[in-house]
Amino acid sequence: MSLAVRFDDIRKDFGPVRVLHGVSFELTPGRIYGLLGENGAGKSTLMKILAGYEAATTGTLLIDGQAQQFASSREAEAAGIVLIHQEFNLAEHLSIAQNMYLGHEKRRGWLLDDAAMRAEATRYLAQVGLKKPPDTKVRELIVAEKQMVEIAKALSRNARLLIMDEPTATLTPSETERLFALMTKLKAEGVTIIYISHKLDEVEHITDEVIVMRDGRFVARGATAGLARQQMANLMVGRDVSDMFPDKAAVAADALVALKVEGLVVPDWVEQLSFEVRAGEVLGFAGLVGAGRTEAFEAILGLRRRSAGRIEIGGHAVEVKRPLDAMRHGLTYLSEDRKGKALHVNLNLQDNLTLMTLEQYAHPLLDLKAGRVALKQAVADFGIRTGDLSSRARMLSGGNQQKLALAKFLQPRPNVIVLDEPTRGVDVGSKRDIYFLIHRLAAQGRAVIVISSELIELIGLCHRVAVMRAGRLQATLDLDHLTEEELIAHATGTH
Amino acid sequence: MRPAPTEAAQAGRAMRLAHHLYGLGPLVGLVVLCIVGTLLNHDFATVDNLMNVLTRTSFIGIIAVGETFVIISGGIDLSVGSMAALIAGSMIWLMNGLSAGVGGHTFAPLEIIAIGIALAFVLGGLFGWAHGLLITKGRIEPFIVTLGTLGIFRAVLTWLADGGALTLNNSLTDLYSPVYYASLLGVPVPIWVFLVVAAGGTLILNRTAFGRHVQAIGSNEQVARYAAIRVDTVKIVTYVLLGICVGVATVLYVPRLGSATPTTGILWELEAIAAVVVGGTALKGGEGRVIGTVIGAILLSVIANILNLTSIISVYLNAAVQGAVIIVVAFLQRGRR
Repeated sequence: MSLAVRFDDIRKDFGPVRVLHGVSFELTPGRIYGLLGENGAGKSTLMKILAGYEAATTGTLLIDGQAQQFASSREAEAAGIVLIHQEFNLAEHLSIAQNMYLGHEKRRGWLLDDAAMRAEATRYLAQVGLKKPPDTKVRELIVAEKQMVEIAKALSRNARLLIMDEPTATLTPSETERLFALMTKLKAEGVTIIYISHKLDEVEHITDEVIVMRDGRFVARGATAGLARQQMANLMVGRDVSDMFPDKAAVAADALVALKVEGLVVPDWVEQLSFEVRAGEVLGFAGLVGAGRTEAFEAILGLRRRSAGRIEIGGHAVEVKRPLDAMRHGLTYLSEDRKGKALHVNLNLQDNLTLMTLEQYAHPLLDLKAGRVALKQAVADFGIRTGDLSSRARMLSGGNQQKLALAKFLQPRPNVIVLDEPTRGVDVGSKRDIYFLIHRLAAQGRAVIVISSELIELIGLCHRVAVMRAGRLQATLDLDHLTEEELIAHATGTH
Repeated sequence: MRPAPTEAAQAGRAMRLAHHLYGLGPLVGLVVLCIVGTLLNHDFATVDNLMNVLTRTSFIGIIAVGETFVIISGGIDLSVGSMAALIAGSMIWLMNGLSAGVGGHTFAPLEIIAIGIALAFVLGGLFGWAHGLLITKGRIEPFIVTLGTLGIFRAVLTWLADGGALTLNNSLTDLYSPVYYASLLGVPVPIWVFLVVAAGGTLILNRTAFGRHVQAIGSNEQVARYAAIRVDTVKIVTYVLLGICVGVATVLYVPRLGSATPTTGILWELEAIAAVVVGGTALKGGEGRVIGTVIGAILLSVIANILNLTSIISVYLNAAVQGAVIIVVAFLQRGRR
């Protein structure tokens, strides 16, 4: 049974923001496709449309030549299309078999037929190569095993097309090898696989064909064998990658240490982390998901409990119990979770921008006009594109929201600013603007810390990169050693 | 993702227009009710009746202004009625005790009343502070904390009053009663106090850093925390403000009847929360307006007044009508965001 997919001029709007601008391409069955694109390129949205989680605003999705409009992921599943999320959709407290048949339970009369479900689950587990009894609780599995359960679950529903979103983000190299072996086997059985990843070496290794998207548009496709890694990167970014980043100004030899952390311990997350960053320096933090980078900085700010650690800002030991203390000492942190932790999407631009520095506007009544002036200034300085200064933050596009968030966390004029995934979900143009802004900040004598999962970004941007794995600092790479291979090797512990 | 500025701007303007129109809803409702009231009974549109309605509104209105802050910050306080009753009982108990003299020392009536009023503010503030601490540091849901104290406050009052009534000594009543019954420029004192509280509340909410922080916390507490706002402190202050508002309302209420009973302030929490919700404040927090609350409180009083003046619906069904109004307004608020 084949499953040919064709996207025909798919558009998708979220409110006033168009995230897909008429995407058209087709997939032939039984191949492994690498779907490439930077964050915000629209690949996730397109895949959600394919898997029934979102509806296209206009355009047609053709499955085996038939126009389809899936009303739910269940309908897409029935057609043989399954999306495996980065965050798995598994109920931790239920067993493997219970999870696999959740919502599709086998019954005998009014009662559940557990024996039949266990027997079938065992068969599918064998097919994916997971050696665990089907009664095992999901919470007892490691991440790689959970992923196999997800794949087994998909197979139990007769999946003919699997979409895997960053499946190797949290896997070790040997687990990745196992996954690739399974993918190859599934391909041989006629399953189409769409593989989304930022890791170009893996894409090169496992996929038959590469499809590149950028800014909500289809950009290019080609046989993987005929594309060099550098070409893929350039296609994703839309210009020569070297063009994206400003030249790195050398850090002055006598630059002061702006932030120094010694022996930081965050229970369950970080063990004995020590590092320092100097004025004018851009320090990167690399690591896999769960390596403890975000948690370390949340603990430094007092947002999370730390059980040990000494913090020096500007050469003085400081007591930081809450973000307010950090801000007063000249340290601010912009979270990776833009809508959940960085911006009030339901408040207007001015309230967002001035929130951290309201003291400056309160005499004791707030000077709203001065706030307005500050907003106009920020809109000009940060290149925030908005049609209406009074609109709410959620009306901005991802890139402009991020610029507003940056402006907000720079309002207190920090000497040290921590940017967690500063270009996630941001279009290429805004990305470049943000890179240049980061270097302007450094040139002004601020220390900038960038936490990022995009290796190209860390390499292009940072003077030094600290690599964390499982809560520990593995290495700090300087300019001479800053390569993708080195970063991956330290992040995965295979150095 | 290039934004289409004009589209975004148009959508923004349309939304703000819709928002403004929605904001007028309670006022339109009030005007319609007043017209209906006038048509149903000629006594409705008289200065006397108007002053009567507004004076009665002032207790709930003052409490509702405080409750607006709590609800905008994402919390709720169910205990305000019981709290008012306990504060009233405590005031009367203390003032009666002082008027009998303590250890041979006698107090002037004016002193006694001043101490009684001070007690009301202090108790209100303390109760609010306790709520705030339990909710923030104790990490208990505001609903549960104030549901608990709702029971505690009323039980303590009932115990203080020995199941009956605590009644203010006659010697004090004469001096204290003007606080409720006197007028200034033809307007009763409680209305003036209500006006001052409402104006102060509006100013604090819209034009101070504290007010902005309250809105930020209600809109998204995490974002506020990451933006270096002292979330716990701000929340505690909202409950303290509400407690003081309850104290103010009680100070005005005590001279009206001169007594506190186990039924004093019953269902005030319903009316206060109803006033806030009817006034357009989202129950899940984040946005709201004090002026809306004021209109909401007046609207609810007008309903009660019309029920009193006419015989279409029994006045005993007043709480039922208010309850229905809350549900209808909440229904209209659905998915407004």
